[in-house]
Amino acid sequence: MSLLFETTPDGVGRYIDWIWSGLAWTLSLASGAWIIALVVGTLVGVARTLPGGIWPRLGRVYVETFRNIPLLVQMFFWYFVLPEILPARLGLAIKQMDPPWSGFVPALVCLGLVTAARIAEQVRAGVQALPTGQRAAASALGFGRGGMYRLILLPQAFRIILPTLTNEFMTIFKNTSVALTIGLVELTATAREINENTFRTFEAYGVVTLVYLVIALLAWSLMYWIERSVQLPSLVSGSARK
Amino acid sequence: MKVDLSAVASVAPFLLSGLLFTIQITVVGVAGGIVFGSLLAVARLSPNRLLSAFATAYINLMRSIPLIMVIFWVFFLVPWAIGWLVNHGRPVAVGASLTIYATFVLFEAAYYAEIVRAGFRSISTGQYAACEALGLSRFHAYVYILFPQAIRNVLPILLTQTIILFQDTSLVYVISATDLLGAATKIAQRDGSLVEMYLTVGVVYFLFCYAASQLVKWLQGRLAYGAR
Repeated sequence: MSLLFETTPDGVGRYIDWIWSGLAWTLSLASGAWIIALVVGTLVGVARTLPGGIWPRLGRVYVETFRNIPLLVQMFFWYFVLPEILPARLGLAIKQMDPPWSGFVPALVCLGLVTAARIAEQVRAGVQALPTGQRAAASALGFGRGGMYRLILLPQAFRIILPTLTNEFMTIFKNTSVALTIGLVELTATAREINENTFRTFEAYGVVTLVYLVIALLAWSLMYWIERSVQLPSLVSGSARK
Repeated sequence: MKVDLSAVASVAPFLLSGLLFTIQITVVGVAGGIVFGSLLAVARLSPNRLLSAFATAYINLMRSIPLIMVIFWVFFLVPWAIGWLVNHGRPVAVGASLTIYATFVLFEAAYYAEIVRAGFRSISTGQYAACEALGLSRFHAYVYILFPQAIRNVLPILLTQTIILFQDTSLVYVISATDLLGAATKIAQRDGSLVEMYLTVGVVYFLFCYAASQLVKWLQGRLAYGAR
């Protein structure tokens, strides 16, 4: 572990500073993409539960497209392909972004939209798991469609799918490592860079693996705490629901 | 911006060889992953504390770190591990495909283990008691009675995980292997045909995964019907 406190070849800092910076990029990418994923995923998920019309079909196309193409291929699409097929000036503007933003922005959009497809499926499952009486009761009380989803259906659906959402957050956190392929120096790329500079592979990868483990542990505890604190007495497992 | 499809046709054989490697990784990963994963699941449910602690630690470790990290680890560790076993501690050169197979078996086993474990837990406890009453050894109980039922219950989830594995194989890009995406990248860099190559690859992956996910849906319907 002494490796962490040795000076980096550029002489500016120590290797631990690289790890902090990698961690910061990983965490900002994960949380930014998580917000996009929650917003888009909820909208698409709701669209898929609407009764007929064009919206459920569009929702399905979205989910199937984003779920059935590997993340890395989609990452390359946003990074390499999109600037080429956009109008020339816009494409050029994207290509001229400075690093690290040139890697961060496509990775953010890509991870957010991919995870949104997975969240949409869960939101849909959560809404469909509710008894139809909930919908009927909401209409009877005079709620419009917006109010019905916002105040009645989604709050219950989210409580049902909270455990699977924890899984999704862990997935998005681990998937940030794919951004190293488009030049973002996040945590995994940091391990690789330290290794290339020092050839002390065990230490470099070991430290970063430990960081991943600690974050995973923290995320699990946090989500467990959230699950406990938003629990409704009537929805606790073993109760009469269903 | 013109998309030139003839650029794709002329390199199709090379792309196909990449696709073949992608499929090979998937097959090895699925077969090895399910075998090793089932062993891990049984170990995790074992009354032997040490064994179950080891299995739990292994599964949680693998599930907490990104696949790319595991690819780097195995790529680095396998030559040392084999050297330690057969070459008096001196690392030996190992082919990239062997390391890749090892990576996917080791990594996916952790995910398959959790699925198989869920399968075991879905079997009623009466089955365990009945095995004991019939005097079956634990080995025979697992092989003939419990495992077949567990697998049937979680078949759709196993297949879904296999689709994820198939998509995950594209990550071998990070060690410059020539799978479908790797082949496309090499061509794209040689010919400057990034757009054509990545769009083609995206379509191919989509077709495979979409077909497989429809199969999963059909299977779920059938299993749900059988359970009624």
